[in-house]
Order: sequence, then structure tokens, then C-alpha cells
Amino acid sequence: MASSRLVAPELATIDIKGTTREAFLIRATLAAGATYGALSATPYITKALAQDGGGDVDILNFALTLEYLEAEFYTRAVAQVKGLSGDEMKLAKELRDNEAEHVDALAATVKKLGGTPAKKPSLDFGAAFANRTSFLKTANTLEDAGVSAYNGAGPLIKSVDVLAAAGSIVQIEARHAALIRLIRSKPPAPLAFDKPATMDAILAKIKPFIG
Amino acid sequence: MTDSALRELADDPSSRKRFFKMMGGAGAVSAFGVLLAACGDDDKKDTASTPAAADDDANDAKKDDGATGDIAVLNFALTLEFLEAEFYAKVIDSGIVKDKKVAAIATKFGETEQEHVDALKATIKKLGGKPVSAPKTKFEETIDKGLMTVLETAADVENLGAAAYLGAAGRIKNKDVLAAALSIHSVEARHAAALNQLLDRGFGGKGGLKGTLPDGAFAKGMDEAAVLAAVKPFLA
Repeated sequence: MASSRLVAPELATIDIKGTTREAFLIRATLAAGATYGALSATPYITKALAQDGGGDVDILNFALTLEYLEAEFYTRAVAQVKGLSGDEMKLAKELRDNEAEHVDALAATVKKLGGTPAKKPSLDFGAAFANRTSFLKTANTLEDAGVSAYNGAGPLIKSVDVLAAAGSIVQIEARHAALIRLIRSKPPAPLAFDKPATMDAILAKIKPFIG
Repeated sequence: MTDSALRELADDPSSRKRFFKMMGGAGAVSAFGVLLAACGDDDKKDTASTPAAADDDANDAKKDDGATGDIAVLNFALTLEFLEAEFYAKVIDSGIVKDKKVAAIATKFGETEQEHVDALKATIKKLGGKPVSAPKTKFEETIDKGLMTVLETAADVENLGAAAYLGAAGRIKNKDVLAAALSIHSVEARHAAALNQLLDRGFGGKGGLKGTLPDGAFAKGMDEAAVLAAVKPFLA
């Protein structure tokens, strides 16, 4: 696990449409530098934008910010939430580990593209860890938001390889969302079509957690 | 079988009510809107079937290629959705699912797959393409093997669907069609996770169709040829 923080070996070994993540990272570098319209974003994302000129790096940094938030959320939850069943705690740890791997992979990809990974924001989840119910409710919100965020950002991605990587992450977010929803006795897939969200909408949604 | 989570879900009348409301109400309309908005570019309709016609205009030619390719991807997706919708419909009709709550899940998932079918067909037509016909299936053989096999097959097919959309996403040219495909991809993933959980496979799953399950924190896409090979046993 520790080594993945440096080189994201998981990404290097997964086939993406007949190629490997190594190739993906290299080829994605060539696609970097394409620019998009200005994104209104929180300061750390704006900073990354200014440095890298937009494009896939911005989208990856946006995703990275979300993953920092999710990883930290589950890390704190595992330490603080009382009253989770054994299975629920096991799931929380699994989700924490998944999100940490997403963080590592996204940060490594941003670097490979020549960008500067967004810094981890300072986070405040308020009363989310007060009990099982509030934890699960917030987890539900975050996971569904994650799905909407990736789905909204997907079509803005220039590099087919970066798109494949984002797709491989969003599918996991969707699976997380479904399971948290099942635990909450909510429909795992409430809509026939998951709604995409703009970066602005997602940033507004996560703003309460950024302190 | 660990169906407690699904049992709880099905037991929640308020969320079920909301679900059906969304399916039959504004949610369904806006979902179609997503797909149909993909096709606002009317000039594709005529040129899609004759891509060579605009060869002298580089931009138009590029657009034509995109539409033709996108129609092919959409028809591939449509074939899978036909299979999924048909499978759930046959399972429900067979009466093999005695547990009312599990039956409710199968019904819901099946209705969602039918919505995907309808939306994909409409989108293909809007792009000037011809939707493929529903394939002839032999799901009866699966159903005859009993409930466990039915649920395993449902999980396998949903995982396969998620892998198929992930594998195909990069081939889609039209950004709106891509947005629509992504909005379906994550729903297939939700279905897959719920069914994996029902079977106590963990949300990522284990067993199942080789190559369709996530590798830890990262899901894997599957290319069209492999997906079609995987569904072959279900085709008559």
C-alpha cells in the first residue's frame, strides 16, 4: 500500500482499451495543455488552474479534491463513528482505502501531465461523525455527488486515456453510492440515468466541508 | 443469500414511492432529455448514412464519422440493454422470485433497463441511424436452473454492462452522447454493486464473468468483442 503513494502501481497494471496505465500516463501527457473555459473554483483549484492553463489537469485536480475529501471523510469516520456494525465498519475501511488509492492515482497522473496536484483542503465535516445515521447520510451525499461530478466532467476531458481512467474511478464511486444507499434502505439506483453535475454545482455542495 | 439489505430497501415504501414517482414523472422526462439533447445537430441526420458525401469538407466529414461511429456504439449498448430488460422481464414472468422484496428489486432494475432501451432507440433514430432489433434470447435455460443462478446471472450481466459502457466510452465522439452513456454507465454499476452485495460478493464482486469486475479501487472496461462473446451463451 505504501508504495502506491508514490507510483500508483495499480494504475500501471490495469489495461485500458488494450493499453496499460503506463502508456496511458505517457500518452495523456501529450494531451495536456489543452485549455477550457474558465472554471470558477475554490482557491486551491484556481491555483492549479493558473499554473497549468486548464484542460485535463484541471479536471483531474477537481477530481483529486473530491477524492481527498472522501478519503479524509472515511478516515475520520473509521476513527470516530460509534455504533457501526462489523460489516459497516469493514465497508467504511474498504471505501477509505479505495478513495486513498484514487487520491494517489490522480495526484500521480496530474504530475505525469506536468501539472501540480491540488493541495489537500482543510476539512471540517461538522457533526457528520456524531452517529451512524449522520455518517451514512453524509457518505450518501458525498458518493452520489462524486458520481455526478465525474459524469459531468467526463465529456470535458480531452484525452481518451484520461477519460478511461476517470471512468474506471466513477464506476467505483457508483458502486460505493449503491452500497451506502442499501445500508440506508434507499434505492441503490434511484434514477435510470444518473444526473451529471457541473463543477460549480459540486463545489457548492462540498463547500460546507471545506473549512 | 444475504438479501437483508435489499429486503430493507424493498420494505421502505416511501423511497419506493419516490422511486416510481421519479421514474414516471419529471425524472424520466429529463433523462430522455439528456439523450435527445445529444441529437440537436440535425444536419447529421442526412449525412450519417452517407458519410462519403461530405468528404470535401474536412469538418463535416469528421462530424459524419463521429455520428456513424456513435450510432454503432449506441446500437451495441442497445443490444446489451435489450438483453438486460428481457432477462428481468422473463425472470419476473417466471415467478421464480418468490420473495416479494427481491422481486421488487428485479422489477425496478428491469424497468430501468427498459428506459435505457427506449432512450437509446430514440437517440439512434435522432442521429439518423437504425436501432438494432432485440436479439433472440434463451434465458429460460438460466431461469430453469433456479433462483441462485438467476441472481448470479443478473449480477454477472450488470457487471458486464458496466464494463461494456466503460470500455466503449472512449469511442464516443459526440460529447452529449458521451454524457448520456456515462449517466447509464454509473447506473449499471449501481445495479452491479447491489446485486453483488445481494450475493455476498462484496461491492466489487468476485466470481462472475471474467474481466468485468473491478480490480480494487479501479473498474475495468471491456471491449465490444469480448462483451459480445460473453453474452453469447444467452442468445438463442
